[in-house]
Amino acid sequence: MWEYITFFFNATILAAALRMATPLIFTSMGGIFSERSGVINIGLEGMMLTGAFMGMMVSHYTGSPWVGLLGALVSGAIMGLIHAVASIQYKANQVVSGTAINIFAVGFTVFMLRTIFNVAGTSPPVPSIGNVSIPIIVDIPVIGQIIGRQNPMVYMALILVVVVHIFLFRTDWGLRLRSVGEHPKAADTVGINVFLTRYMAVIMSGALAGLGGAYLSIAHLSRFGDGMTAGRGFIALAAMIFGKWTPFGALGASLLFGFADAVQMSMQELGIPRHFVQMTPYILTMVALAGFIGRATPPKAIGKPYEKE
Amino acid sequence: MDNILEMKNITKNFPGVVANDDISLDIRKGEIHALVGENGSGKSTLMNILYGLYDADSGEVFLNKKKVDITDPRTAINLGLGMVFQHFMLVDTLTVAENVILGSEPARMHFINYKKAVDDVARLAKEYGLRVEPRSKVADISVGQQQRVEILKALYRQAEVLILDEPTAVLTPQETEELFQVMNNLKKQGTTIIFITHKIKEVLAISDRVSVLRRGKLVGTKNTKETNHPELAEMMVGREVLLRVEKTPAQPGKTVASIININVRDRVGTHKVKDVSLDIMSGEVLGIAGVEGNGQQELIEAITGLNRAESGEVLLHGKPIHKLPPMPIKKRGVGYIPEDRHKRGLILEYSVADNMILGLHSQAPFVEKFLFRNEKAIQENAQKLVEEYDVRPPNIKQLVQTLSGGNQQKVIVAREFSRNPEFLVCSQPTRGLDIGAIEFIHKEIIRQRDNGAAVILVSAELDEILSLSDRVAVMYNGEVSAVLPVEKTDERQLGYLMLGGDAQKAEGDVEIETAAE
Ligand SMILES: Nc1ncnc2c1ncn2[C@@H]1O[C@H](COP(=O)(O)OP(=O)(O)OP(=O)(O)O)[C@@H](O)[C@H]1O
Ligand SMILES: [Mg+2]
Repeated sequence: MWEYITFFFNATILAAALRMATPLIFTSMGGIFSERSGVINIGLEGMMLTGAFMGMMVSHYTGSPWVGLLGALVSGAIMGLIHAVASIQYKANQVVSGTAINIFAVGFTVFMLRTIFNVAGTSPPVPSIGNVSIPIIVDIPVIGQIIGRQNPMVYMALILVVVVHIFLFRTDWGLRLRSVGEHPKAADTVGINVFLTRYMAVIMSGALAGLGGAYLSIAHLSRFGDGMTAGRGFIALAAMIFGKWTPFGALGASLLFGFADAVQMSMQELGIPRHFVQMTPYILTMVALAGFIGRATPPKAIGKPYEKE
Repeated sequence: MDNILEMKNITKNFPGVVANDDISLDIRKGEIHALVGENGSGKSTLMNILYGLYDADSGEVFLNKKKVDITDPRTAINLGLGMVFQHFMLVDTLTVAENVILGSEPARMHFINYKKAVDDVARLAKEYGLRVEPRSKVADISVGQQQRVEILKALYRQAEVLILDEPTAVLTPQETEELFQVMNNLKKQGTTIIFITHKIKEVLAISDRVSVLRRGKLVGTKNTKETNHPELAEMMVGREVLLRVEKTPAQPGKTVASIININVRDRVGTHKVKDVSLDIMSGEVLGIAGVEGNGQQELIEAITGLNRAESGEVLLHGKPIHKLPPMPIKKRGVGYIPEDRHKRGLILEYSVADNMILGLHSQAPFVEKFLFRNEKAIQENAQKLVEEYDVRPPNIKQLVQTLSGGNQQKVIVAREFSRNPEFLVCSQPTRGLDIGAIEFIHKEIIRQRDNGAAVILVSAELDEILSLSDRVAVMYNGEVSAVLPVEKTDERQLGYLMLGGDAQKAEGDVEIETAAE
C-alpha cells in the first residue's frame, strides 16, 4: 500500500503537478475575472493559444522571454477586447463569440507560424524563462524538492491567486465587479458603469489567459507547437467552476488537475490507460455542476448582455 | 415653501405608448408628496427619468431653481437624489453593508474599510430606526428588511430627495406602519419624499400633497387635507369607483376540494404547515388571513403541486391530487394566481400572447398535430383576453417585462380565470394593483364564485379578506387557528388572531402582543 502511495505522492510528481497546474492557474484566474463580471469566457483556450504564440514570437525577436511575456499579455488582452466588443457592445451570444475566438486562434497561429518562421508544426527554439531556486527553502527536505526550485512563473501564479482574492473580496473594484455579474441593473442604479466594468474584466481575463499560454511556450518549453494548449483553456474553465468561481477554489482545482496530469505517465507504467486520467477534470466538473460538493452557483447575470431601458 | 424640485413638460414615448405626456410637477422642500395613478399611468417612468435611468424625449428638470441634466444615476446621486425601486435593486449574494456602500465605498487606496462600512450602516440604521443587521446576507432577510436596506442605501448617499416607488406593496400592515414612522422621522430631519402608492388610505395618512397621473398625463395636484377618498379615486380612474365589493350571500354547493392533515417542511426542515385541514365548497370564497410567513405560501404550494407535502392529502372531487405535478393538477381544473408574479406566474422574456397560454401550450387548440404552434389560435386567444381584461397597452406581441406591474398581473388573471377553473387558488391577487384593477379583479373573483368555483384567497390585506370571503381561516405559526363565517368576525378580531391570539378569548379584552420579527 505504502508503495502505491509513494508511487504517486513523491516530491518529483508533486513538483511536476505544480508545473502542470501553473498555466491552469493563470487561465482560471482570467476566467474568474470575466465570469464574475457576468461574461462567459469559453474563448480562454484561444486566448491562451494566442498568448503562447505571441510570447514565443516576441521572445524570438527581442531575445528576452520577459518581453515575450509582455507580448503574450498584450495579445491576450487584445483577444479579450475582441470578445468584449462582440459580447458586451454588440450583445452577441457569448458562447458563440468565445467559440469563434477559439477557432480563429487555431488558424491564426498556424498561419503565422508558417508565414513568419516558414515552418509547419513547431517553431524553432526561442529564449525562455529558466528555473530559479529559492535560497533556504530549497534546502528543506521534500518541500524544497517540490517548491524550492521552480520556474518564476510558478511563483507568479501562486502570488496571483492571493492578489486576485484580495482584489475580488477586499477592494471596491472587486465589489463592483461582483455586483455587475450578479445584478447589473442594481449596480447601474448606484452609479457603477456596467459596460466599462465588464470591458475591463474581459480584457483582464484575456491578458491572464495569454500569460497562461506563454508559460507553455517560453517557460515550460522553449518553443511553440501548433495547438500546444491542447484543451488546457477548457480545463482551466473547469477548474474555475470546480473551484466555485473563487481564486483559492480554482487554485485547488488547478492543482488537482495538474496532479492528474503529472501522474498520467506513471499510470501508464501501471498499465492504466492515460485517457482515464485525462477525463478526470471533465468528470469532476460535471460532479461539481451536478451539485455533489455543495452547489456551484454561477454569478446570476452570467451570459446575459446588459440592456439599458 | 420653496420648491426643491421642478419637472417641466416631461414627455417620454415607448414604442406604442406615451408613458409621460407633457408632465409638469413641483415638489416642495421637506414635504411628503404622494404620486398616485393607475397601473401603467407612468409613475415609475417619470421617477426613472428623474433618477437618470431613462432619458426623457423632452422636458426639463430644475433642482433648487437650477436647471440640471440628469443623464445617469451617478449624476442623480451626486445631486442628492435617492430612489427605492418598485422591484428592489439589491445584490442578494452580498451582505447588507456591502449593498449599502456599493458604488460609494469607504476605501483607502481602493481597499474597503469593512469595519467602517458596518459601523456606518449600523449607526444610520439606528439613527432612523431602520432595524437591520449589517452583516446578514441580503438573500437571508425578509422583504421588509430588504426595503430598509434600500432606504439605507439612499440615506448613506445623503439623499435630500427620496423617491419611494410603491414601497408598501410588499409590506405587511405592521411593516407599513413602521415605514411611515421612518418617513416621518426623515421628514423631521428635512428630507423631501416622493411616495408612490396605490392605496388612497396611505396617501391620506402620510402625505402633505398628492399628484395624480392618468394615462401619462398629470390630472392634478392637491393638498391632502383638502381632498378625500372618493375624489382621489375618481381622479385616478376617471370615473366613480366602487369602493365596496358588491356580492350576494354565497350559495355553497358540494365540497370541491378537501385538504386533509397537510404537513409541510421547508428545505432546512422547519415545520411550516402543521396538520392543516380545510374543505372548500363550490360557490364560496374561503379567505386565509395571516401575517405573511405563517405557512400560507407553503400550504398553497402544496395544493398546487409546486411543492410536495410531507404528509396529508389534497382531494379534488374526492380524488387525490397531492402526488401530481403542477401541470396535471392544472388540467384537472385548478387555477392559480401566484404571489410572486415574476418568479411563478410569468416568463418575462416572452410576449403577452405566449404568457396567455402558459400551461395550456401543449394542448389543443394551441398546438396542432402534437408538435406545431397554432399561431392563429394563440393570437386570437390573446387578443380576446387582452380586450376582456383590459391589458394596457393592448399589444399582444409586447414582451411582458415591459408592461407595468399591474398589467403583468392582469395577464396572469386573464389566463387563469378564462379557463373557468373549478378550484381557484389566489395568493395576493391584487398586490401592486391600482384601485380600478382591484375592483375589476375582485368582481372577477366573485363572478368565478357565482359560477360555482371553489375559491381560496390568501391575502395580507384584511380589507380584501373581509370583503371577498364567505368564511375566513386564520393561519398562525403554520396552523389554522380559527375558521369563522365572515359575518361573525371583524378586522379587530382577525388582527388579534393573526398575531397568535386565542380563538376562545378573541372577544375579550386581552392585550395584544406584537408579533416578533
Ligand atoms: N422599458 C419599456 N419599454 C416599453 N414600454 C414601457 C417600458 N417601461 C414602461 N413602459 C410602458 O410605459 C407605461 C408606463 O409604465 P410605468 O411603469 O411608468 O407605469 P406605473 O405608473 O409605474 O405603473 P404600476 O403602478 O403598474 O407600476 C406602461 O404602458 C408601460 O407598459
Ligand atoms: Mg410602477
